[in-house]
Amino acid sequence: MSNAISSLFAGFKKSSLGDLGGLGFKGLSSDKITKAVLLLSSFIILLVAGGMVYSLVEGAVPAFREFGFGFVFSNNWNPTSGSENYGALPFIAGTIITSVLALLISLPLSFSASLFLGEYYRGTRMAKVLGMMVDLLAGIPSIVYGLWAFYVLRPFLISMGLPNQGFGVFTASIILAIMIIPYATSLSNEIISMVPNELKEAAYSLGATKSEVIINVTIPSARSGIIAGYILSFGRALGETMAVTMIIGNSNVVPNGLFSTGNTMASVIANQFGEADGLKLSSLIAIGLLLFLLTGIINAIGKFIIKKMA
Amino acid sequence: MKQLAIVILAVVLLQACSGTSNKKADEKSANISNVSLTAAGATFPMPYYNMVFKTYGDKTGTQITYGGIGSGGGIRSLTDKVVDFGATDAYLDDAQMAEMPAEIVHIPTVLGAVVIAYNLEGVDGLKLSSELLEKIFMGEITKWNDSKIKSINPDLNLPDLAITVIVRSDGSGTTHIFSDYMSKISSKWADKVGTGKSLQWPVGMGAKGNPGVAGTISQTRGAVGYIGSEYAFAMKIQTAQLQNSSGNFVLPTIETVSAAAQGEIPADTRIMLTNSADPNSYPISGFTWIILYKEQNYNNRTKEQALATVKLLDWLVSEEAQGEAEKVHYAPLPASAVEKAKSILRGVTFDGTPLI
Repeated sequence: MSNAISSLFAGFKKSSLGDLGGLGFKGLSSDKITKAVLLLSSFIILLVAGGMVYSLVEGAVPAFREFGFGFVFSNNWNPTSGSENYGALPFIAGTIITSVLALLISLPLSFSASLFLGEYYRGTRMAKVLGMMVDLLAGIPSIVYGLWAFYVLRPFLISMGLPNQGFGVFTASIILAIMIIPYATSLSNEIISMVPNELKEAAYSLGATKSEVIINVTIPSARSGIIAGYILSFGRALGETMAVTMIIGNSNVVPNGLFSTGNTMASVIANQFGEADGLKLSSLIAIGLLLFLLTGIINAIGKFIIKKMA
Repeated sequence: MKQLAIVILAVVLLQACSGTSNKKADEKSANISNVSLTAAGATFPMPYYNMVFKTYGDKTGTQITYGGIGSGGGIRSLTDKVVDFGATDAYLDDAQMAEMPAEIVHIPTVLGAVVIAYNLEGVDGLKLSSELLEKIFMGEITKWNDSKIKSINPDLNLPDLAITVIVRSDGSGTTHIFSDYMSKISSKWADKVGTGKSLQWPVGMGAKGNPGVAGTISQTRGAVGYIGSEYAFAMKIQTAQLQNSSGNFVLPTIETVSAAAQGEIPADTRIMLTNSADPNSYPISGFTWIILYKEQNYNNRTKEQALATVKLLDWLVSEEAQGEAEKVHYAPLPASAVEKAKSILRGVTFDGTPLI
């Protein structure tokens, strides 16, 4: 066996030498093999993605057959056997409300931070430290954010007089906002740094102040990238699970206010898949499919904007 | 070319690894003391199972892996034949039994209680009548200093604090026992909410798993919820006295939980013990079961594995294992249940011949 392996490596050495020398037949054959391997790997990825979509659709069929498209608009989630009825509206509403709120909360903070990093203090030690902190925040696992929200943020909000013992849409949005700030910041920072210096210098030479340059040059030329960055962050907030599950209150109703408890698509799946079977399992898979479509659409919009406006 | 070499190398190595591990598995199954068993199911009896399975493993060399994935997961794992046995807090009804691919049997393993845990600083010994329980969990009483709570607890200094009901957000055998009891004491509950592993709650916030509910209650002033007794005791959360069917207020203790199982038990042990008629009983008590196939030769299981399964379960209902139950706040099985469990185990076969 070791012989076989060493001969393989020997073959590899020979053919790569052949490549370097540009020798006809050998170079071509290794090229073909590489192509075949690459094709195979890409095909496997395609197969996995396609298989996922197929199994999601297949699993969701019983729920859609039973409830029709009313499944998306019904707010009645009743798992008691005998009066079983499933509707996804509470979770769709919860997901969109928390994600939009998170985006709104994170917007001023991450936008200021990205200007600070990419424009005002670009290249300074302070910007480096801040940039490092942003990357650090981006790397923290979701469950750690959840723990912090449960044991630190929630008691703080209770002491501020928040109802429902600090659980609910508002708290979930705050923690989601904190989670997407580093993501949005580094994406827009990247775009802002890419604005050509010539443009800015031209503006300065005409006597523009720094804030004028930012408003009239930097932001307009980085706009599409910044918007796309926020859309991608929004897509990320939609699918966030653990931290939200720990803090949103998990009540299966459409939130009726900022401080109401609720549930999201991701967290209802995480909560209930273990005991689910039959129609309930199918309904959870259908929610998964809807979430898949929702994040897919959001990401596609983000990419479209980058392509169109860049 | 490089990629190809790496792929081939990986495949060769993988095969080499799996080859040796197969050999090991063969050696293991030849010796019954080195059999490893896989089980999955309810989280409610998990503290007890974790403890006794370890004791048994140290004693006999049989390694048991138990996954606390919930009662429904335990039933599904057994249906899919991916475990040696499953565990559930809610017995399978006749319709569910008929849906299984082969005949299964229930072995009761221990008695547990679902306690009403609450978080009110300085308020010990809260008493809850059936009426209060119904009104709190249906959202009709929303303050701790409500006159209805005061009239049952005249000596307690109840605060002017909102009641936060905490329920299970995941499907759960604990929820099944609790809602079974609630349906027995309140026709309104039976009508509007019903019995099940997961429910449409009229009020409350959800937390995942017994540990999740226990953690949320202990972190939330004014919270009340239902949890498996061990989780309340382990976290030192206050528990309420409940009014049983004879009108007595009782705390969940080994004695009061045992008292709930003193009545007649059917031969297949499938019975709910909630709202027992015994005057000393704690009303939300119940068996938790292990479920297995009556015919153990399926999916190429070896006879050693089948024998190890049945021997483990036979030991689980023995005095030695039952004596350990109290350490983790479960009550041992009554003698009549042990007797029935043993006779069921004697009916478990391999290729038609009983194993023990």
